[in-house]
Amino acid sequence: MQALQRKLWRDLLAMKGQILAIAAVIGAGVMVLFLAVTTLDMLERAQQRFYQQAHFGDVFVDLTRAPEHLLPQLQLLPGVQQLQSSVRAPVRLEVAGFDDPIRGLMLSLPEQGLPRLNQLVLLHGHLPVAANEVAITEPFAKAHQLQPGDHITAVIQGRLQRLQVSAIVLSPEFIYQLGPADLLPDYHRFGVLWMPRRALAHAFQMDGAFNHLSVSLQRGANPLPVLDALDLLLAPYGSRGSYLRAEQASHRFLTEELEQLSVMAWFLPLLFLGVAAFLLNVLIGRLVRNQLQQIAVLKAFGYSHNSLLLHYLQLACVIVVIGVIFGIGLGLWAATGLAELYAAYFHFPDMELRVQLRHLALALLLALLAAVVGVFNVLRQVARLQPAAAMRPAVPPQFQRGLAEKMLLRPWLGQLNRIIVRNLLRYPGRSLLSVLGIALSSALLLVGSFQFHALNTLLDIQYRHILRMDTQLMLSETSPERILAEIKAEPGVLAVEAFRMVPVRLHYQRTSYRTVLQGLEAKPQLRRLLDQELTPIELPAEGLVLTRYLADYLGVKPGDRVQAELMEGANRLVELPVAAVVDEPVGVSGYMERRALNRLLREGPAISGVWLLTDPLKRTELQQRLQQRPTIAGISQMADIEQQLRNYIADTLLGMMAILLLMAGSITFAVIYNNARIALAERSRELATLRVLGFERYQVGWVLAGEVLLLTLLAIPLGWVLGIGFAWSLQQALTMDLFRLPFVLEPASFALAALGVLVATALSLSLMLRRFHQLDMISALKTE
Amino acid sequence: MPATTKSQDIVFSAHQLTRHYQMGDVLIQALRGVDLTLYRGEFVVLLGASGSGKSTLLNILGGLDTASSGELRYGDAILSQADDTALTRYRREQVGFVFQFYNLIPSLTALENVALVTDISPSPMSPQEALAMVDLSERSNHFPSQLSGGEQQRVAIARAIAKKPRVLLCDEPTGALDSKTGSKVMAVLHQINQQLGTTTLVITHNEAIAAMADRVIRLKDGQIVDIQHNPNPKSASELSW
Repeated sequence: MQALQRKLWRDLLAMKGQILAIAAVIGAGVMVLFLAVTTLDMLERAQQRFYQQAHFGDVFVDLTRAPEHLLPQLQLLPGVQQLQSSVRAPVRLEVAGFDDPIRGLMLSLPEQGLPRLNQLVLLHGHLPVAANEVAITEPFAKAHQLQPGDHITAVIQGRLQRLQVSAIVLSPEFIYQLGPADLLPDYHRFGVLWMPRRALAHAFQMDGAFNHLSVSLQRGANPLPVLDALDLLLAPYGSRGSYLRAEQASHRFLTEELEQLSVMAWFLPLLFLGVAAFLLNVLIGRLVRNQLQQIAVLKAFGYSHNSLLLHYLQLACVIVVIGVIFGIGLGLWAATGLAELYAAYFHFPDMELRVQLRHLALALLLALLAAVVGVFNVLRQVARLQPAAAMRPAVPPQFQRGLAEKMLLRPWLGQLNRIIVRNLLRYPGRSLLSVLGIALSSALLLVGSFQFHALNTLLDIQYRHILRMDTQLMLSETSPERILAEIKAEPGVLAVEAFRMVPVRLHYQRTSYRTVLQGLEAKPQLRRLLDQELTPIELPAEGLVLTRYLADYLGVKPGDRVQAELMEGANRLVELPVAAVVDEPVGVSGYMERRALNRLLREGPAISGVWLLTDPLKRTELQQRLQQRPTIAGISQMADIEQQLRNYIADTLLGMMAILLLMAGSITFAVIYNNARIALAERSRELATLRVLGFERYQVGWVLAGEVLLLTLLAIPLGWVLGIGFAWSLQQALTMDLFRLPFVLEPASFALAALGVLVATALSLSLMLRRFHQLDMISALKTE
Repeated sequence: MPATTKSQDIVFSAHQLTRHYQMGDVLIQALRGVDLTLYRGEFVVLLGASGSGKSTLLNILGGLDTASSGELRYGDAILSQADDTALTRYRREQVGFVFQFYNLIPSLTALENVALVTDISPSPMSPQEALAMVDLSERSNHFPSQLSGGEQQRVAIARAIAKKPRVLLCDEPTGALDSKTGSKVMAVLHQINQQLGTTTLVITHNEAIAAMADRVIRLKDGQIVDIQHNPNPKSASELSW
């Protein structure tokens, strides 16, 4: 057995290049698997711990104003465990040294003791006690370098108030800290603050009242009756409808992220481990074929089937183990990077990356499974082999002329090209698998490039075609239309357009979705609605226009009627026809003609905000003047938002794409290099014969290179087709509330997919041809 | 023939050829100063035990290997100083090889294996003609796997002679064949030597074959120990082994 061990190591050493190439592919698969699983585990644990520790609520209600004495009655509702009422109000903030407007959300803290639900985790300082003390979230503190003891200014109900930061905290409600109507967190321009209840309530005339309720449920309680009861009891107080944790903004984003990670955890590893299984099959298959005589001799000497099976299985296992170690190492390194990235977007008190034994076992098991599947057929051959059969002199491999040959082999092709084509046709399965392997990596390249172009297209559609304003003003409360004229009169304002925004819950059959309904001008100029061809559409006088994602989610098409729960004012339930569907890549909204929305709300021509087109030269001054107006709650610059979106994409998706490119390169290289190396080993005798017959080096090299090149050329179109499929699946998998990738494929993506595999082919060929140059003609001819 | 040789009849002339290999720590002296002249149209048999240096000599004559020292002339050309490109051209235009293990390209038919050579030679015979000379016209569309050992070797001979080489070098051409088939292969080689006047050098272990040769050269330990002229060479059918 020891001699067999030695043979194992010698074989491994002799094939180290090929083995490393295959190990790299296994490593790539294991890395993605390990990365996704470990990060998923890290986030899930952090989330669970934080929710438990902070007593995060299960049900939430926003309302206009309800008296505190209602609480004992609510507490008695079946299924309710705990209640926590609070006051929350939008404020404007100013931080010394930062000129842009900052929006804030001020929340109340109980005067005494901790809140029963949604407790804060104190990082520095002490929780606010005095009326002028506030706690702020860590990301906001970091963005402005605020420490306990520093001061900020808040405009509360139009009154300037100087506040002292007493604490830096984290809250389970703001793990993902997103401003209202924002797409991405902006820690500079949106802050969350807490101050003692009495002071805040006083400023907003909410003494003895609340406008937000968090509820935790008893274990195993059905939440739906609780929601119904809360809606019924709180409707008179301007309830905007109770909602579950699943609809809570921070929780929803976190959940989406976790879902994306789990897509990544199976999709990519499956692909890579599949290719690795194929490569192992080819490598070990050819190795066994080349070693048939050795195997026969070993059998003749009395080695059993099983010990030989074990021998070749060990060979596969060594490759797998190298790949797994490599993959786990890289995965750990990548997971550390990813954890840092997540820490920038999701704020947990503690997030620790832990290598679980079961993750290691999972990675190893999957890779081993791929290997065993890959070498299974070959091992069956070994078991069947009769010693005597292999001891006979080698019979030349069988060739025959089939139909394919008649179609492909033209007389002008020449003998060398004939050798190439016959060799490929001789083992059609093997050739097909090689083509498939190369096509897979070409497809990965296409997917990577697709993501890049799709994101650029998305941003272009959103910021060049749909959003044409440069500034958005949110008013502190719904205001009459005349305010529009005042703003238009400001120097530097070139165009204005008003909008009305109201939270709504849309129902169709058994599906419902919480979003905002935006009332726009019939022919909006600054915020356009576009159809599939990017041509602006007009809003109908009545009826609803829905984002396609929302329409698909609800399962409605133009002509259907949806129920809309208007969660402002009297909370009316109205039925609206769906008039049209728009293809918007970002956000999920419904749109109506503004005055029609006003009529639904039984109000005059009121507005929630204004979009502006401004003179860039006068923009700063204009902004400063607008900030002075108490009626304006927030000012956003579209350019800032676009920049944040681009940063987010650069941080997350492009990093992912870089990994994809690297992996595609490694697969292509592994497939082609293995093919070429094995072809060289198997056919050295044939190649030496050609040299002896007087063919030049480059001509004989062509017999090798031509075969590989032909495989690559066949693989490229197949790679395109697969790539389109992958891109489509990826687009489907990445369709979510935040944004949807448009399905656009640029010629450049196809070119990259082709070029990538051609470069990898050239690289592996040059390595292989170097070996070919060292080919010893005489010994190749002499050996049988 | 040697008695009446003129200088233009000399095909090869070797002077003090040596060849040594470094095999790990051991220096192997494969040739230790060989002087040899081969004439046009000669049929020469090279005899010697394993390791006597006969294959090394054949490889150097055929341009597969180069001598460590000494001079080898082919006509007016000095082969011992030729580079890889020149040797490739030399092999392509002047030399035909026949090996013990045939070395046919398995993916090409008999005819295509011959065409492989005629495609790149300056003035070859047609592949059909070459196959006819070895009596394999009916098997020309068969792949190597469909041919017997003797047939494969005859295809290899057809491939070697199709370019009308001046020199035919055969390294144990009957080594892998039974006696009947071997004798047929030798008959083909002899017939070609007669018909085309190709200088033919055959390496063999088989003393019986020596009776066919114009000259028999014996090697031992890298040196020529004996050259025997045979005024009345026998035909292959007369041999018995």
